[in-house]
Amino acid sequence: MDTAISIKNLGYSYSDSSILKGLSFNIKTGEFFVILGPNGSGKTTLMKIAAGIIKGYKGKLNILGQPIDSYTKRNLAKKIAFVPQMIPTDSPFTVSEVVLMGRSPHSGFLGFSRQKDVETAMEAISFAGVEHLAHRRINQLSGGESQRVFIAKAICQEPEIILLDEPTASLDLAHQIKTMDLMEQLKNEKKMTIVMISHDINLAAMYGTCILLLKNGKIISLGSPEDVLTFDTLEKAYGCKLLVDKSPVGLFTRITPVPQRYLEEDKQKNMLLRNFSK
Amino acid sequence: MEKSKINPNDTIKRILLISFFLSILLVIAIFMGISIGSTGSGMGEILKTVFSDVDLDPLLNAIIWKLRFPRVLLAALVGGALSLGGLVFQALLRNPLAEPYILGVSGGSAIGAIGGILIGFSQYPGITITAFAGSSLVLAAVLALSSGHAILKQDTLLLAGVMVNSFCSAVIMFLISMTQDSRLHSIMFWLMGDFTMINFTQVSILTAILIPCFILIFLLSDSMNLLLLGKEMAVTMGVNTRVVTLILLITSSFMVSATVSHCGLVGFVGLVIPHLLRLIIGPDHRLLVPACILGGGAYMVFCDLLARALPIQGEMPVGVITAMIGAPLFIILLRHSRV
Repeated sequence: MDTAISIKNLGYSYSDSSILKGLSFNIKTGEFFVILGPNGSGKTTLMKIAAGIIKGYKGKLNILGQPIDSYTKRNLAKKIAFVPQMIPTDSPFTVSEVVLMGRSPHSGFLGFSRQKDVETAMEAISFAGVEHLAHRRINQLSGGESQRVFIAKAICQEPEIILLDEPTASLDLAHQIKTMDLMEQLKNEKKMTIVMISHDINLAAMYGTCILLLKNGKIISLGSPEDVLTFDTLEKAYGCKLLVDKSPVGLFTRITPVPQRYLEEDKQKNMLLRNFSK
Repeated sequence: MEKSKINPNDTIKRILLISFFLSILLVIAIFMGISIGSTGSGMGEILKTVFSDVDLDPLLNAIIWKLRFPRVLLAALVGGALSLGGLVFQALLRNPLAEPYILGVSGGSAIGAIGGILIGFSQYPGITITAFAGSSLVLAAVLALSSGHAILKQDTLLLAGVMVNSFCSAVIMFLISMTQDSRLHSIMFWLMGDFTMINFTQVSILTAILIPCFILIFLLSDSMNLLLLGKEMAVTMGVNTRVVTLILLITSSFMVSATVSHCGLVGFVGLVIPHLLRLIIGPDHRLLVPACILGGGAYMVFCDLLARALPIQGEMPVGVITAMIGAPLFIILLRHSRV
């Protein structure tokens, strides 16, 4: 497998506080790569550097084998699409207009679309399951609907890598699963590399092929869900007790947070935690 | 289920259609503008003067070509440039209340113009040059105040502009309060927008300045659409947001400065026309840029016509008409739109 994103000794500081402290890791092509970590661990900064939004980092960053700075903005946009955490839900454009804008790094003068661009947009719209919304305006859609529209836009961009910053954060459970299924489908059918930031460890365990656990701009753990999601590493990263076992479906690693009152009860008996910590 | 159909040539067709329709409107406006005035004459007579070699009446001929025609052309240019300026600032600052004067152009050029009037310069080129110098200085100050990282933050720019404009207002009020002679009248007319003192040389110079600005902004209209999705999203779709933002800011500020230094502070058109056209033709800037230039021009010619024709004696400032018609029209459209 080739390397989609290669990061070596990556550091980033913002007004005297260092946000990323010398990260080194690779993301292979075709992977479903999930970045986990507590608030303020530098996940979003890391993603924005990889998306070409934040400059002024230290270290090396290669996208598909070439340094990110060797790409023009347009050429980088042909390789990487980004779905930010805050999608512009107030946009007055229609769904099909927004999806078609995904073609802009490929299209020529004034972004006028050719027949092929329109076909790609229609395909992306149906792939993301938003055909029924095609003529609606973005500002008339629900949060989950517009999330899917911007994923459709990213698909329409025909990138090799899609970066998503907490795409499931504001969605109900059904929409969370739908979005994750869609990402998995993109990975399997379109051979795209998916890189996603999440706070939902259980979703990460179910869909991720590789997991990066960050804290304070440093790597706590990196590897398969089974290797990364253990009681000790999770406690180290999040600073709270998270019970780890297997879910009844598919034997995925399952995380259960424990309310404080149970922990206090458990202090004497120490039954609950003993079973889960190695 | 309704099948979603997107026609690839839709946008080009719509641009041509809208431009064609608004061009006709502009031509009608210009023709009416040169036909109607205090020297009464029928449309037919004007037609003959315009389209035949025979000079029917040398006086009428002079009025039409020396007085009305440059004035009408100036109105068209001013309307187009201010509407386009408003459109660009509304998109860049992502603020619906943005208008072409928001970055301090109005304050700066007004101080320049008032200074010119007080020194006793002639309208052209003296006051035009002092007004332009004033607005350029203020713009440079605003851009410098919000330079560095902050130039990409629209709020910093907006606040810097508003503060500088407020400071300029205070200076203007101070200058006005210190002036008590006939120059006060010139100052008031300049502040309300004035199309009367114009000749062909000025119109030609302004045209030569504005046309390249129009073209440059049109070429960036696609990037403006992407910027509306947010700067970060635009970057990851291949737009060099920093460069595009700077070019748009400087071009449109320059365009607005050049315009107001010729005609004074014509108000409201730059705020309302972009909104009006957006309600009618949607948010795509590839359509809105030509529409603002042509539609804004036609609107201003009509307003100038009314400002000349309505009062029984003399004329009223065109800014009065632009707001009196524009505001109710906008409210009516807003109530009937689903956006």
